[in-house]
Amino acid sequence: MNVKRFWAMFIARNREFFRDRSAFGWNFLFPFLLVAGFGIIFDGKVYKDYKVGVFPAERTLPVIATGDLPVRFQHLQPVELIGFKSLAEGLDKLRHHKVDFLVELGPRPYRYWVNESSPKGYVLERLFEGSLAPPVAGNSARRIPIEGLEIRYIDWLFPGILGMNMMFSALWGVGYVVVRYRKNGVLKRLKATPLTALEYLSAQMLSRLFLLMFTLVVVWTGCHLIFSFNMVGSYLHLALVFFLGSLSLTALGLILASRGTSEELTTGILNFISWPMMFLSEVWFSIEGAPRWVQWFAQAFPLTHLLTAARKIMSDGAGLVAILPEITVLAVMSVVFLAIGACLFSWTR
Amino acid sequence: MTTVLQVKDLAKHYGALKAVAGVSFGVDGGTCFGLLGPNGAGKTTTIEMIEDITAPTSGEIYYKENRRAGSFREEVGIQFQHTALLGFLTVRETLQTFADLYTRPHELDDLIGMCQLEDIQDRYNDKISGGQRQRLLLAMALVNRPELLFLDEPSTGLDPHARHELWKIVEEVKAQGKTIILTTHYMEEAAKLCDQIAIMDFGKIIARGTPEALIHQYCGGPSLTLPKQLLETVKPHLQYSYRESGDKLEIFPEDTNECLARLIEMGVDLSDMTVRSPNLEDVFLTLTGRQLRD
Repeated sequence: MNVKRFWAMFIARNREFFRDRSAFGWNFLFPFLLVAGFGIIFDGKVYKDYKVGVFPAERTLPVIATGDLPVRFQHLQPVELIGFKSLAEGLDKLRHHKVDFLVELGPRPYRYWVNESSPKGYVLERLFEGSLAPPVAGNSARRIPIEGLEIRYIDWLFPGILGMNMMFSALWGVGYVVVRYRKNGVLKRLKATPLTALEYLSAQMLSRLFLLMFTLVVVWTGCHLIFSFNMVGSYLHLALVFFLGSLSLTALGLILASRGTSEELTTGILNFISWPMMFLSEVWFSIEGAPRWVQWFAQAFPLTHLLTAARKIMSDGAGLVAILPEITVLAVMSVVFLAIGACLFSWTR
Repeated sequence: MTTVLQVKDLAKHYGALKAVAGVSFGVDGGTCFGLLGPNGAGKTTTIEMIEDITAPTSGEIYYKENRRAGSFREEVGIQFQHTALLGFLTVRETLQTFADLYTRPHELDDLIGMCQLEDIQDRYNDKISGGQRQRLLLAMALVNRPELLFLDEPSTGLDPHARHELWKIVEEVKAQGKTIILTTHYMEEAAKLCDQIAIMDFGKIIARGTPEALIHQYCGGPSLTLPKQLLETVKPHLQYSYRESGDKLEIFPEDTNECLARLIEMGVDLSDMTVRSPNLEDVFLTLTGRQLRD
């Protein structure tokens, strides 16, 4: 390994990244916009996940006269009421899943419509029927709130968005870029020099790692100043997790970069890997209730372990011992991916 | 003069296609060796095998009498026919990046001066003209002070002025005693720069020698061109081979002086006559029946 040659490639790649202003800006703007968007949506409000159409009523903030709707149903927190002028308009929205449930205001017995294929419609139907039933004496329950710091959805989501941005940046920034360089002859030109594959790949990887960590710090600082995320654990531990996560994702990108000259095929493969990883690694939602095999499959993705460890640190204040399984897996994945990428690498094919 | 490079029975097959079908040649140190041939003749494949970019199907390559060692890449400079450059780097940064890949790089200012890149050294490498880009690629090939320089179609696509500018630099490099292997399909380029030429066609070397020797061997002396309407006048007395080409009659005399004297003797009007010396294009035409740019 010749450090001078490695450094020349490292600097060249960094210059390319920092000088490509549009791509550079987007790298910071994209996660920030996502976090900002979700921050605005969830800021101090409970997300109303169930949409109930009522008619006849005004479209926004429909006025509900006493008795027009069961009081308990009307004030359910996750229910958002949307007014329609007529049954026909409401049915059209229900049919197209724009609303989950439709109720006619006023006369009793209440009349409601539900889309049989809507899971939310089923839940709302049960809630509606429950709100009509009188309380049963002696069949009571006691509410016990959880103790400790409240974990908002945005707190849970934030590491997911950072991780997702890292994943896309690592896979595309290495995998796609190197394939493009192979296709347009840059790699062939470099092959004609004393530069070795190890030096070139190391420079690509470390450059991307540096850029990922740099982006992470900037986005984290910006978002934290604005939204003040929960951070219970150690920043040092979190940095270690993100570093190993970036390393493993970049190494995965190197496997994709190792062969091929078709940008179209590489785009397809990148999508094939990144989309399942995004959904199954719990970036947006938990897969707690998913079939066991799906949960096992998710373990194959480095992003899963990165986000699990990051959330443990941020929300639970987990120490090194608690995140040892995740950082071990990430380290092993990094080594394995690197070895595969280095073995498969070709300058020209 | 020592032989810097020796190639023996070099071949490259892509399935049934024989891109290079067993070529052999040697290149003496300090000379410019040209591979001349039409597109698809196998020139680029041949030199890419020598450059160690493409693996040969068979054959042997010796550099300084030995098989190419790890130091080979330190000692050779390569200008590819088609290559992209690392993005978002200035001309100077591009050269600096490549200079850092070698143990004995050229002094950058000298190199920039030699390749006439002073005025554009701070410009991004994708914001320069075709001629400037070729000069940058040449500078990249020279950045390690190579002993052996490969130039693959260095002036393709350049306008005449840019081409002559590039040739001047190559001649300067040649004057420094470097060995150059050049591929081209421009006969003027080969004739101007090369000491030795191998003409390639369909993956084989079909003729080899100095430009002058090849021309003399395959084309003889100058040809005389007359208007075609004089054909009937001169035909009965014509003892030389001739060719009708459009509205011209081209005569290929063995002795130009004798032919001219004879035409004057016949009273032929020579006011529209032109005398043309044969060139490498004619050599290729004689050898293959086709033109280089066919």
